[in-house]
Order: sequence, then structure tokens, then C-alpha cells
Amino acid sequence: MPAAYAIMAEFETPAAVLRAAEKVRDAGYRQWDVFTPFSIHGMDSAMGLKNSKVGWFSFIGGCTGYATGMLMIWFMNACDYRIVIGGKPMFSPFSAFPPSYELTILFGSFGALLGMLFLNRLPRLHHPLLKNRRFALATHDRFFVVIETADPRYAESETRRLLESLGSRHIEMVEE
Amino acid sequence: MAAAPVHHETDSITVQAPPASLERVPLVGNLRSPGWISDRVAAVIEGKTPGWWKICFVISVSMMTLCFAMILYLMSTGVGVWGLGHPVMWGWAIVNFVWWIGIGHAGTLISAILFLLRQRWRTSINRAAEAMTIFAVMCAGIFPLIHIGRIWLGYWLFPIPNANGIWPQFRSPLMWDVFAVSTYFTVSVLFWYMGLIPDLAVMRDRARTRLRKMAYGLFALGWTGSNRHWSNYEKAYLILAGLSTPLVLSVHSIVSLDFSVSQLPGWHTTIFPPYFVAGAVYSGFGMVLTLLVPLRRLLKLEEIIRVRHVELMCKVTLATGSIVGYAYMMEFFIAWYSGNPYERSQFFLTRAADPFIIGPLLHVKPAPCWWAFWTMVTCNVVVPQFFWFKKVRTCMLAVFVLSILVNVGMWFERFVIIVLSLTRDFVSANWGYYAPTWVDVCQFLGTFGLFFTFFLLFIRFIPLIAIAEVKGVTPQADPHHPLGGAKAGGTH
Repeated sequence: MPAAYAIMAEFETPAAVLRAAEKVRDAGYRQWDVFTPFSIHGMDSAMGLKNSKVGWFSFIGGCTGYATGMLMIWFMNACDYRIVIGGKPMFSPFSAFPPSYELTILFGSFGALLGMLFLNRLPRLHHPLLKNRRFALATHDRFFVVIETADPRYAESETRRLLESLGSRHIEMVEE
Repeated sequence: MAAAPVHHETDSITVQAPPASLERVPLVGNLRSPGWISDRVAAVIEGKTPGWWKICFVISVSMMTLCFAMILYLMSTGVGVWGLGHPVMWGWAIVNFVWWIGIGHAGTLISAILFLLRQRWRTSINRAAEAMTIFAVMCAGIFPLIHIGRIWLGYWLFPIPNANGIWPQFRSPLMWDVFAVSTYFTVSVLFWYMGLIPDLAVMRDRARTRLRKMAYGLFALGWTGSNRHWSNYEKAYLILAGLSTPLVLSVHSIVSLDFSVSQLPGWHTTIFPPYFVAGAVYSGFGMVLTLLVPLRRLLKLEEIIRVRHVELMCKVTLATGSIVGYAYMMEFFIAWYSGNPYERSQFFLTRAADPFIIGPLLHVKPAPCWWAFWTMVTCNVVVPQFFWFKKVRTCMLAVFVLSILVNVGMWFERFVIIVLSLTRDFVSANWGYYAPTWVDVCQFLGTFGLFFTFFLLFIRFIPLIAIAEVKGVTPQADPHHPLGGAKAGGTH
């Protein structure tokens, strides 16, 4: 028999899974997660998650974009290929602003999306949970609390009892 | 206001339900459950291909072929096949470019600005509107590219090193436009794709065939619905909405700078950026209504895209249409108040002088294209005013017809601004007239084929409603609502 990856408890309403998450958090588990078909308001604090770090990726992307735009235009029009157009200055921050502004947004957006994927360790095309038939309902209308067996506090009977006490009707082990 | 308040007695707090008269119409009809929403939206993809879809698809693909045939003809012969000629060197191609790119703006407005404003009704329509944005920007992008004449040198628009050792010239608004439009397209695709990830996972998890499971699974990137993932995802979504908001406002502003940075009477106007943005949102909502009013019926999505959604979109159309009407008045006022004879001539003699009222009043001959100006005024100033009436907003046939008129009007607006300004500039010896050729007409029709081909493929293979987001705005998704499982007496 393959090794167990985690214990999975199913819940039927967002309120039930929110309460369950608070209890699992308070019990001191670390390697666990909640799976929901949509993001539930208040779940981050119920799980004890800190503010997402995606903003930093986007901020760095945006700054890079703006600097790229300004430096690129300065290099191209005032350094490498100087040509007088209607007596305008070779480089002006004003005419260079619109493209730099667009590049700020472009790089900032890539920062947000790629930062999100990096923090989530996606794309990941294989996951033990995705092999579980029951788990397919996590994108439909069910809510799951999953505690990994790798968690230091994990103990099969005790963890199962905790999940049962939280009102889960369906608890099963997930194979590696 | 006499509704009796309902008390949920709890240990610590008393929740008082709002009076029934203040309750809004729910965003999803008949208290449908999250599971039902998945099934309903996925049924559009999983069901049999409808007959109307096949017919529309054949027509669209034929028209798309026309689009490419016209591009080939243009490439092999030269831009002389269009009706361009001195003094009108920007004809239908640029009119169509501005028109299509304007249509795109509703998608980003719905997905970004309405998100920041916490307009939860956007969830039912944002996916389709964003798809419309992407396809409209694709259609728009074709025109400036083929307009340069030597299409094979199109890459000169981008700062790519080339054998001549020259670089693009960034003091021109046309270069700003290249950056604005390409950024707009890229960011719209990113935003759209990010919104799709959880829904592609829905499609993956309910797929029956191996091919579907692989295809949706590949693009779902292994999304599991983990809350640790949702936490980063929601933040990234918020940031993308925050970045797309200044983006959408800047794109049409920069498009308008293509004109207003020049000296031509009728173009050289400081009001252009906000006026173009308002017009773009107006025409975009017109197109969203044109697409979604029939689709909600054909695909049986009336419980998700409700009459309330249509009504709210009509109200946005009314608001932006009225801003456009105000901008028209302002242009005329400034033309008169500036005392500049060229401005006055452009607005009063070249645009407004009709053979019946204004022309005789001013003692001038009617302008050659007076009908274009007055079509624009009728469609953009008069038509949206019908949306003041709830009877009109809730009558789907009326909304459909008016929404088409909106885009007829907006096409004429771009025609009036671009072509009529060019026909008559400062020196009357330089005046001319413009008429399109059959190639212009077929090229424009062809882009409709391109647009609808992509849109039809989209509704057939990709969830056209943001499933996860719509689930999130139902009362069943709210952990503090009785339908979401909240118990009286609990701590939530």
C-alpha cells in the first residue's frame, strides 16, 4: 500500500470549514491547508496566514519597467541615434513618460502574475490530491481541510478525532 | 419600511437583518447553489454544439477569410487600393483602429475598475467582456500594422536592433501608441488568463474524456483551490485590477494624443483624452450588450446574467453617453469662444452645417458630410437618453437595437473626427474629399469575421462566465449568512 500523504476531511458549507480551520490553526498544525471552490472571506485569518507577498513582486516589476522605459528612450534617442525632430530636445522626461508608464504597468503585471505562480509553486501538473476522486468536488461545491502526514503534530487517531469533532461527515486518507 | 426586523440571538451580538425594501435583487436567480452554477456554465461547453453556433461560425470564418484576402491584396498591390489620397491620408483604417480599440475598453473597465469599486455584479459578465476586449484589440491592431504600407517592416515599430542601426523616435505620439496598445493587449491577456485558472480547474475536474482532462489540466497549471494559493491569487488579482485601471484610462488617452498633439483644427484639442476614454467605455458597453443580450437567452444563462445586470450596463452606457454628449457641446463652445476662424470653420461649416437648419441659419452651403455628423449626434447623444426609462432598460429587444446604434454612432464619431478634420484644413486650396473603396469596406467587414470567429470559439471551449467568482457572490458562499452555514448562536 502506498504511503499516506495526508488526511482529508470534507465539509459542506463555508461556515463549517471556516470554523474547522480556526480549530486546526489553534491546535498548532503547520502543514495543512483548506481547499475551496472559491476564496472565502476571512479564511486567511482563520488559517493564520500572513499578508501575501505578491505585492513585492509587482512593485519590483513596476520599478524595473519604468527604469527600463526611461533608460531605453534616453539611450536610443539621445545617445545611440541622435536625430533632431522639430527642434525638440534629444531627451525629455515628458515625451519619454507615456511609454515608460506603459512599461511600468506591463512589468508590474508580469510581476503580479509570475509572483503569484512562484509563491504558489505553480504550475504543478501532479499533486497527490488531484488523484483523489472525492477531491474533484473541491472545485465544485465542497470544502476540504487537508492535514499532511508530514506535519510534526500529526497523529493518525488524534488528528482524525479532531476533524470528526469539527463536524466533518467524510474523512479519508489520501495516498502519496 | 414596515418589514419586521429579524433578530438572530447570539451570545455576544445581535444581527439585525435589513428591511426587505432595502434588499437588492440577488445576483444569481432562484438562490441557485454553487454546484448548480458549475453545472450550468459547463453545460454550455459540454452540451451538443447548437445549430445557431454552426451557422454563425461558418459565416464568421468566411468573413475572416475576407479579412486575410484583403490584407494579401493590400500587401501585393500597395495602400493605393484604399481610398486614401491627399489630403486624407488617414481614412477608414485609422477610423476602424480607434473604433475597435475603444470597444475593448468596456472589458477592462468591468474587470478592473468595477472590481476596485466593489461592484459585485461584474462577476457575471467580466469573463465575456474581457474576451471581447482581447479580440477587439486584435482587430484594432491589424489596421495600423497594414496601414504602414510595407507590412514586412512592421517590426520597425518596436525597439528592436536592426541592420540600419536606427531606433524608433519616441518624441512621436505614434510610438507612445505602439507601447500603449501592445501593453494593453498583453495585460488584458494576463488578467483574463489569471481569472481563468480556477475555472479551467473546474473544467478539468469534471472532464469525462482524457483529451479534455489533459487540455484543461495543462492550462489550469495544477490549480487545486488551496486557500494558501487563493490568498496569493486574490492579492495578485487586486494588483492586476489596480494596474489595469490606470492602463485602460491611458490607452485611449494616448490614442487621442495621436490626434491632439498635431496642429490640425478639429484634432488640436485638450479635451480629447477624457472625451476619448468616455467614448471608448460607451462603445464598449454597447458591444457587451450587443453580445450578451442574445447570448444569455441562447445559452439559457438568464439566471446568471439577469435583467438587473443588463439594466446596470444600460446605466453605465447612459452615463458615459452623456459625458460624450457634453464633450461634443464643449468642443463647439470652445471653437466659438476661441475666436479661431479655422476651429470655427471646422466645427460649424465642415461638420454641423446641414441643408435644413444650421446651414441656412449660417448662410453657408451644407457640408459634404453633414449626414455623418448628424448620425453621430443622433446615435451618441439622443439614443442613450432612452436608457433613462426602466421600460426600455428591461426590454431586451430595445436594449439590443439601441446597443447596435451606440456603435454605429461611435464609428461615425471617429469618422467625423479623423476624416472631416483632414478634408478641410487651413488653406482652402488644400481642401479635398474622401471616399472609401470596396477594399476599405471588405477589410472592415473582414475584421468582424475575425472578431466573431474568436468569440464563438471562446464561448464553445472556455467558460464564458467566471464560475468561481460568481459562486463567491452567492449567499451560499458567505460564511456569515444562514445559507452559508452560519448558525444562530455560533461565533460567526
